[in-house]
Amino acid sequence: MMKFNRRNVLVLGGAAAALPLVGGRALAQDGPLKVGFMYIGTINDNGWNYAHNQGRIYLEEQLGDAVETTYVENVPEGPDSERVLRELAQSGHKLIFATSFGYGDYVLKVAQQFPDVKFEHATGYQRSDNVATYNARFYEGRAVCGTIAGHMSKTGKGGYIGSFPIPEVVMGINAFALAARKVNPDFTMTPVYISTWNDPAREADAARAMVDQGIDIIAQHTDGPAALQVAEERGIVGGFGQGADMSAFAPNAQLTSIIDNWGPHYVEAAQAVIDGTWTSGDRWPGLKEGEVQIGAYNEKIPEDVVAAAEAVKNGQIDGSLHIFTGPINDHTGAERVAAGETMTDEQLLTMDWYVEGVIPPA
Amino acid sequence: MSTDLLIAVVITVIGASTPILIAALGELVVEKAGVLNLGVEGMMLIGAVTGFIVMFTTGNPWLAVFAAAVAGLLSSMIFAFLTLSLSANQVATGLALTIFGTGFSALAGQEYSARPVGIFRSVFPAELAGHPVWRLVFGHSPLVYFSLIMVFVVWWFLKRTRPGLILRAVGENDLSAHSIGYSVISIRYAAVAFGGAMAGIAGAAFPLLLTPQWAERMTAGRGWIAVALVVFASWRPFRLLAGAYLFGLVMTVELYSKAGGGPLSAVPAELWAAMPYIATVVVLVLISLRRAGSTSAPACLGKPFLATN
Repeated sequence: MMKFNRRNVLVLGGAAAALPLVGGRALAQDGPLKVGFMYIGTINDNGWNYAHNQGRIYLEEQLGDAVETTYVENVPEGPDSERVLRELAQSGHKLIFATSFGYGDYVLKVAQQFPDVKFEHATGYQRSDNVATYNARFYEGRAVCGTIAGHMSKTGKGGYIGSFPIPEVVMGINAFALAARKVNPDFTMTPVYISTWNDPAREADAARAMVDQGIDIIAQHTDGPAALQVAEERGIVGGFGQGADMSAFAPNAQLTSIIDNWGPHYVEAAQAVIDGTWTSGDRWPGLKEGEVQIGAYNEKIPEDVVAAAEAVKNGQIDGSLHIFTGPINDHTGAERVAAGETMTDEQLLTMDWYVEGVIPPA
Repeated sequence: MSTDLLIAVVITVIGASTPILIAALGELVVEKAGVLNLGVEGMMLIGAVTGFIVMFTTGNPWLAVFAAAVAGLLSSMIFAFLTLSLSANQVATGLALTIFGTGFSALAGQEYSARPVGIFRSVFPAELAGHPVWRLVFGHSPLVYFSLIMVFVVWWFLKRTRPGLILRAVGENDLSAHSIGYSVISIRYAAVAFGGAMAGIAGAAFPLLLTPQWAERMTAGRGWIAVALVVFASWRPFRLLAGAYLFGLVMTVELYSKAGGGPLSAVPAELWAAMPYIATVVVLVLISLRRAGSTSAPACLGKPFLATN
């Protein structure tokens, strides 16, 4: 494995390496397939980026010498990402995974200049001949968490720490609220956006603000365990691990976790490039395919609640349940999805409204 | 708003303000001696990772804070050597120190990211902090009391002691201080060392007080706020205290109003996020207006000192 990340470069190279660099140019040849990964945060965040990196490691394990992977950490969602993408493409990477929503425009731009390189953009919606999008149906996991929250919450108030109000996050909030309100029709959900993916102290303060105001279930869409630690310290009902199991940080407070399992997708995509069968498209598997998994349930959850959560999980696996099936009202009470209708993937991926029970942010 | 909630908000504000205040106090002394160290963010990260590692391995928060102070001090010595002994550009060296601190802390903390530690709790018996009002007095981490005491100590040192006067003289007019026999360079070394130690302690407040974990870049720009705050406070410790708590208040009230509704939640998130910086600009404008074009910055701030002999 080639390992060029900011950390190593910084320590070796000092100030000049403030920007992510990918060194060493290699010409395209019949060696192993070079696969590049671009992460928004650090692989040690125990959450989103950690999970993608586990997927990368899985890819190396599965395909062995047939692939060679590189990753670049801490790439901000801005012009910097364009340069990193270009450098990855120029240094012989034939398959590049850009793993954050905000990379979208830059992926498209660079992909135009490198038609023989395949790009895959996680959680995105813009595609071209050599840009595919992929995601996981995290909302299915959110529905399982919401079911638990509906049963377990004493105050009937849940909070959701989000980064930015992008469709991916809005969808998660809505799925959580819909599931919780099936159990407890009075359940409310308060999203708090902190405008960053990684500022643990701020996540913790957001969690404190929630706990102090009667919220006793906290879900988060940010990348670390800070909110769960506050839940643990304050002894509220609990929260959920995001991206990976976080029970080490909050053994009492973590009710369960949504685990991202990207490995199989990375293997599939790399194999398709090697075989020459790769095509652009959108891939969006979930619980059924095992790309989203539900972690262990906390012992303090009563058996009937575990059974209810399992029922929601299995219903989504066998297709009998789709959480975004009408009737669904928006937060003003107006009907948005008629009874019996199910929202299309297209509608989900552009979701910009909150369901009933969510207290919309300004 | 109930009393309990009000007290809860105040406690969160204090937590959010404390690391900024500690780091800014250190930087204030450094700048008073005529040195501009922009490496606060990097030194804080080095302090944070050191504090975390020592806390994780020994479980002793006092030792963790001490180690963080030493680590911050040592990292500031790199800066001091380059800028004071070799007269390198202070702005560039400070920026380099921040970049170095970011990378170094990430490297040192690599093995520690999936591990929780305990919080540096109040040293007073829990019964004392039982009632919410008493919690305001006795319920804080020792780091909070430390920050408040240091405001007074720094003020007293600069205003009321002879060494403080000499330090200010070095910052206002290095040549005069030199000509009456004070070693400008050694005094500046001492000031930078103090600033480094304070930044290290401020960094340790992140894993020990705010969120008991190690995460890369966990200070998330607070070091820069501390630097801005020194200017905001026009180099006065008590104004610095007010400024740090104002910053903490803005950051915290935003979250409480979002989580609890109420009239303040109508203010867009972007405006809240910009508020501290807008406040800094406003204060800078006010200072400049009052002094007819001059600020209260130490006259030799950022200028290298080259003793002719």
